[in-house]
Amino acid sequence: MPGVTRTLAVDLGADLVLPTPVMIASGCAGTGRELAGLVDLRKVGAIVSRSITAEPRRGAPTPRVAESASGLVWETGLQNPGIESFLAEELPRLTKSGTRVVVSIAGSSLEAYVRCTNALQGAPGVAAIEVQTTEPDDELERAVLGVHADRLAEIVGACARMATVPVFAKIPHAPSRVVELAEAAVRAGAHGVTLMDSPPALAIDAARLRPALGAVAGRLSGPALRPVTLRAVFEVSRALPGVPVIGVGGVGTGNDAIEMLLAGAWAVQVGTATMIDPAAPVEIAHGIARYLKSKNLASPADVRGRLRVPASFGVAGGAQHDAQA
Amino acid sequence: MKRARAEILSTRKLGAYQVLTLVAPEIADRARPGQFVAVKMPEGRDFLLRRHLAIHQASRRGGWAGTLELVVEPTGPGSTWLSRSTAHEFLDLIGPLGTGFSYPKRLTNCLLVSEGRGAASLYFLAQELLSRHKRVDMIVFGDTMDAVFKPIEAKRLSQTVAVVTADGTLGERGTVLDMLPDVVDRTGAQVVYAAASPSTLQRLSAFCRERSLPAQVVIEERMACGTGLCFACVVPVARKDGSGYDHLRACADGPVFNPARIMWDRWLSDEATMVPTPPGGLPVVRSWPG
Repeated sequence: MPGVTRTLAVDLGADLVLPTPVMIASGCAGTGRELAGLVDLRKVGAIVSRSITAEPRRGAPTPRVAESASGLVWETGLQNPGIESFLAEELPRLTKSGTRVVVSIAGSSLEAYVRCTNALQGAPGVAAIEVQTTEPDDELERAVLGVHADRLAEIVGACARMATVPVFAKIPHAPSRVVELAEAAVRAGAHGVTLMDSPPALAIDAARLRPALGAVAGRLSGPALRPVTLRAVFEVSRALPGVPVIGVGGVGTGNDAIEMLLAGAWAVQVGTATMIDPAAPVEIAHGIARYLKSKNLASPADVRGRLRVPASFGVAGGAQHDAQA
Repeated sequence: MKRARAEILSTRKLGAYQVLTLVAPEIADRARPGQFVAVKMPEGRDFLLRRHLAIHQASRRGGWAGTLELVVEPTGPGSTWLSRSTAHEFLDLIGPLGTGFSYPKRLTNCLLVSEGRGAASLYFLAQELLSRHKRVDMIVFGDTMDAVFKPIEAKRLSQTVAVVTADGTLGERGTVLDMLPDVVDRTGAQVVYAAASPSTLQRLSAFCRERSLPAQVVIEERMACGTGLCFACVVPVARKDGSGYDHLRACADGPVFNPARIMWDRWLSDEATMVPTPPGGLPVVRSWPG
């Protein structure tokens, strides 16, 4: 294919076109000014804001982070200024950087999500909303809001009906039910899904007989998550063809991102790697470009879901395997 | 802040510490005392995060122009790896990070109080204060003789130095706080700068408030990114208007803070209230204190 015009842009539908398929994951982009000078944000696919709640939150006590083999255990307790202050101060800074901004919202009740989505209606510079549902459910008194398909559909559906931009549902870490949850979110009106949120984790300081985190319980991020994310992306993208799937968890290199795309992701988000290397999202995009060139492909969409699996492997392959086990 | 691939010019052991000299002109040109750099760890290890080291020296002129000195105390896997790195290896640095110390305009007598590796940034500060014709006095503490960082350098930089060790192997035996009242009286200190453990800083803060001494302290809270992205290294700091407090990031909003505004009890209280895991399991922690 001589003379092929190569592009890194991806079209996520609903007029949402990203310059590259590499986004910065929620909670890893500060307040909008920290990354300037270390990375050209116009070369980042999109920035997902830290999760914003209806009311301000001070967050968890310190220490908020501990290292473990191949991953970080952390709990920041969603420190954020609340939706009103975010819209007044942080969002303009984020949008000024010239990148696309996806606003992550979180809450513990339906009302909290509705308030956030309502406030975001018509907010300038918001490309999409990511609905994070790994918070405890105060109304139904459950530990995690979004792992129940009906509740997830209720929350995501309410946001999708009110939002003036596409809504992505960030599915909580529930690998064995990720297809069911993604289907519920999409049926309720989500434009796409982000797979998956960080799993619960615990870090221990054995010498002091104490948990390593001030919040006691935390969540895991980093390279350890990648194989789990890959399978979730693989299963959901096969079960829901045509639905934009964003893979998040352990992506650190161009090759990692290519694996996600091959499994069926439309785009990826980079979290822990951005904290170590602010330029990682751009370097990962370069890696994707090199792969496209080596395979003589025109765009990331040409890689999407191109994993070659045996014909005998069923559509809902993972589920079948589980049934046999 | 800049990102740089910096060559290690030399590395030498000084007591309990390893001092690295690096070539990083872009960072050295901008560095101020109190600021730090984030050093990337090697690929493929179990320690992922950058390590955050105070800038001990940044030379802008002379034969060492463009170099940066960092002090490594090998306490964990990352710092141990760093302390074993050799000359001509390259390190990936981001810096200078954080806010530096500010210098007094009118007041002249400065007391610099350090524990262990905290001395690294205070010696850099001492040079800047001296160039502004301030009087510098020091209290330098180490657990043992080995942990007292460059006592001779301390002597060179200051009018008087009180060296203190926990075991009495060098200088007086005791703590920083034991020395503080006498040294303040003797030197006529008007401003206090400190880099020490949180518990020492807490007591130093109380002392300074009692004596109405303005102070600036460098605090250490566990960091993840060091660049302000992740909100891991927060400290509760009272608002100026007294309407409450905010969790400020040690990396981006500090690490230099006015100790009078740090809510020490809130910051350091988890130790006392820690209880064993209840039989019903771990509580769901969302937001603390709400």
